[in-house]
Amino acid sequence: MNAHSSVANETFDCRVAFSEKLIALAEADPRIVAVCNDSVGSSNLNAFRDRFPDRLINVGIAEQNMVGVAAGLANGGFIPFVCAAGPFLSGRATEQVKADVAYSNYGIVLCAMSPGMAYGELGPTHHSIEDISWMRAIDNLDVLVPADPEQTKAAMDWAVASGRPIYMRVGRHKVPSVTPADRDVAFTFGKIDVTGDGNDVALVATGTLVSRALEAADILKAEGISARVLNVSTIKPLDAETILKAARETKGLVVAEEGVLEGGLGAAVATTLAENHPAKARFLGVTGFAPTGSNDFLLEHFGLTAKGIADAARKLVG
Amino acid sequence: MTISVWPDNKPLDVAAIRDLPEGERAEQLKLVAKQVRRLVVQMIDIARAGHIGGDLSVTDALVTAAFGVLNISPETADDPGRDRLILSKGHCAAALYSVLALRGFFPVDDLETFMKPLSKLNGHPNRLKVKGVEANTGPLGHGLPIGVGSAIASKLSGKNWQTFVFTGDGELQEGSNWEAAMTAAHRKLDNLVVIVDRNRLQQGARTEETASLDPLADKWASFGWEVAEIDGNDTAALLKAFTQNRNGKPLAVIANTLKGKGVSFIEDRVEWHHKVPSKEQVELALKELA
Repeated sequence: MNAHSSVANETFDCRVAFSEKLIALAEADPRIVAVCNDSVGSSNLNAFRDRFPDRLINVGIAEQNMVGVAAGLANGGFIPFVCAAGPFLSGRATEQVKADVAYSNYGIVLCAMSPGMAYGELGPTHHSIEDISWMRAIDNLDVLVPADPEQTKAAMDWAVASGRPIYMRVGRHKVPSVTPADRDVAFTFGKIDVTGDGNDVALVATGTLVSRALEAADILKAEGISARVLNVSTIKPLDAETILKAARETKGLVVAEEGVLEGGLGAAVATTLAENHPAKARFLGVTGFAPTGSNDFLLEHFGLTAKGIADAARKLVG
Repeated sequence: MTISVWPDNKPLDVAAIRDLPEGERAEQLKLVAKQVRRLVVQMIDIARAGHIGGDLSVTDALVTAAFGVLNISPETADDPGRDRLILSKGHCAAALYSVLALRGFFPVDDLETFMKPLSKLNGHPNRLKVKGVEANTGPLGHGLPIGVGSAIASKLSGKNWQTFVFTGDGELQEGSNWEAAMTAAHRKLDNLVVIVDRNRLQQGARTEETASLDPLADKWASFGWEVAEIDGNDTAALLKAFTQNRNGKPLAVIANTLKGKGVSFIEDRVEWHHKVPSKEQVELALKELA
């Protein structure tokens, strides 16, 4: 583990990496197809469509049909990447995800584009903040939240190789690279990536909150509080071992996510702690339907910032 | 399970039916349908549960497709180019299981385990437990989108298999069917057939008293489908419809059926959606199906 210094300034839209990787995967494997719901632009699939016009199946604004069609394609030997805005994929097609994908055990990658509060000003109808809770509840469905472009690409490699039913968030909100330079692979399924070895507090974060947790660690360090940052890119199955190690070696954990607290990452961590090693913890998430505002404004509004994470950490170690 | 309606008690060579001339095929399919109905009644009797009305209405269409038209067999169960039969009305699993057992996918005796603890024969079909099942249906409105995906895969892969989807009529109240209907017509999926088991009854009442479906053929036609409206309990009419010219479109077969077909006291009665017959009624039913 190498200590992370300050977070890089350059930021990326993970959909760009997603699009490039999808084309590369499709070049190498004729089984790969994209299925979408009039979301060619918002899923960044224009280049894929130009390169593979027959392998882009746009069913129109029809999410239940979209996921069912993907199941039929999987039945016919294809590997569908279903690309749709997170709120509509996870909300409108929940039963299809359960019955047609997970219960049917098809190798389908459900790609929730622009998750969390990425569509800030469009309001709560367009926020995908319940998706992790809903998807976690479905058996035989892996839930991934890559935190940066490198993780997004590596998770896609794993998705194709595994043949698993997968729900994966693909972020629109620009994020810095959080993958330490010395990692051989940016994403390892089922493993939490730990940055730093601080023993005062563990900052457990996912997706957009990972870079904020790294910044929080810098803030705390300046105050003499040592933190480690746990980047949880596989929400389910959860890497309990790394969570429990952090619980044993620190005074407490702060869990931060761009989603509701009920049933999300925090709930998964809390269950793991309660059953194995009760520890002090604080949980940060989206605590209600959001007011009008940009993604950044809303993250600030709900305290999902480096400052918010550092404040919670101080309460644990104080 | 006891089978006794084959001529001279000698099971038909069901694998050979598909190659018979059309008239002879229709006659043999009638024998198989009768056998399926007897199995369904016995399964529901043993399990003391099931959906007898819909099982009996869809039997002729299922049998005609599976034994008379499609390339479906245990030998080709894993063949990527096999035809796909999808039972969207998954609550009629007993009819599907009987068809698959008679086709040799598993021993007919296994039908006795229908809905028993840990049986592979769940109340709704599971593709991972039973060979020949293509989709894990049960919640309504799932089969047709899956069938559309299968039909697209058939064309994309160049393997050109047929996909037949069996829906209930009440099931068409689920909007996902019409989403899929639009996709199928838009993509000119002439390798896709939907068979609507038009028995005019749903769980709680007549379809037309609940949420009207008529004019149903016009609905499909207006969505861009080729439509055939036939007697869905007539194997000859079903054979003709399944093999008719589709004019480059997906085909909707409105199969007008009787719910509970073949058992007089069950036919066309709403209460027999999932009522279980008494022992005396089972005997009577089997007598009528002899």
